Amino acid sequence: MKENTGVAGFRQSVEATIPALRRYARALTRDRDTADDLVQDTLVRALRAEHLFHGGDIRSWLYTILTNLNRNRLRSLARRPSIAPIDDNDAPDMAGPESGGRDIERALATLVDEQRAALLLVVLEGLSYREVADVQGVPIGTVMSRLARARVQIKSFLDGERPALRRVK
Amino acid sequence: MTKDNSPVTEDELHAYVDGELPAERQDAVKDWLASHPEAANLVASWRSQAESIRARYGAVANESVPERLKLARLSQRGRSWAALAVAASLAAFLIGGATGWMARGASATATSQADALTSEAIGAHRLYIGEVRHPIEVGATEAHLLPWLSRRVGTALRTPQLDEFGLKLLGGRLLPGIAGPAALFMYESANGERYTVYCSKLDAPDTALRYSEVSPVASVYWIEKAYGYVVSGPANQAKLKEIAKSAYEQMEKAEANKQTSLPAWLYFLRGS
Repeated sequence: MKENTGVAGFRQSVEATIPALRRYARALTRDRDTADDLVQDTLVRALRAEHLFHGGDIRSWLYTILTNLNRNRLRSLARRPSIAPIDDNDAPDMAGPESGGRDIERALATLVDEQRAALLLVVLEGLSYREVADVQGVPIGTVMSRLARARVQIKSFLDGERPALRRVK
Repeated sequence: MTKDNSPVTEDELHAYVDGELPAERQDAVKDWLASHPEAANLVASWRSQAESIRARYGAVANESVPERLKLARLSQRGRSWAALAVAASLAAFLIGGATGWMARGASATATSQADALTSEAIGAHRLYIGEVRHPIEVGATEAHLLPWLSRRVGTALRTPQLDEFGLKLLGGRLLPGIAGPAALFMYESANGERYTVYCSKLDAPDTALRYSEVSPVASVYWIEKAYGYVVSGPANQAKLKEIAKSAYEQMEKAEANKQTSLPAWLYFLRGS
């Protein structure tokens, strides 16, 4: 937990968190532009609320804003027909061109939003269960059940993705 | 060290994978997994999921941060919003766009006064250039146009001749301004482009000519002897500057003849 009270400390902490926020947002949305839009909205809100911030963990606070903004985004998307690409033809846009990268990406896409956020905050962002509970505004027990369901879902998706391997066994 | 050998729960397996398991349970879970291969496989699959996620997205944090996410840039935008809010509180017409930068160097009061003046003028410009049938209140051919507006605005107004730019005076109208009545003169070109010249009393120090652009509209303003003038038109900087310079020279001619000080437009050319 980093305590920052000064304005300079606040800005430095926010700035230092941007790369991690981009990583989290990219995994949450699986789309570069959407992810950076989310990060931008998060930063604008954070700067606007700077005077409301009285110490505490800035990193967790930023994750909270981003998680909430993403939930709002998904809610508004839900009212429109989805136009997300589901074909495999588009080339991987970054490191990890092995098929495993695409598999995990599609597996994440099948998760319920809250489960995906909980899993990513733990395994990708390294937050503690306690911190994730604060970010999501739920008890630790709920975080753990989201985590468990996410892992079951990903496993069954990945197992289902490789029917050939199953048959050999 | 005491060893807790109570039965292992699924929650504990997750905590084990995520490094959240209390130290005194580490050995117990490890031992238990050694004799429960199915659970061990499950744990291994969770670890492999986490590794895949990190392999897929971990590198994003090493990418260079795009310009639009730099704090300096985001808070700059925040400041121009604040400048707009000041202008908006004074202006009857709220228009999108910031004029805060253009009066750099002037005092804070003069800046907000000039912002408000420009906002008013551009608001009026936008509102009335769209009018097909009633863009003006009194036509250019009516003799009382200038005497009437001069009397209401409180200064001897002149309407510049802008024929060299292909602009004909349509006429003018009276508007509420920030510090009293304001006059708006409208000009039109053969192809329908409209320009306006706005004049209002303004309690602020004299300024040079300054250009600002809120696409697709741009304006040039100056303040002279407690009156503010704004020439607005399509956002074409070179052309608008020429028109504004000409308007300035003509409107201030009588005054300039009496004085030896450098005309404002010379500052304008030098400064930009």
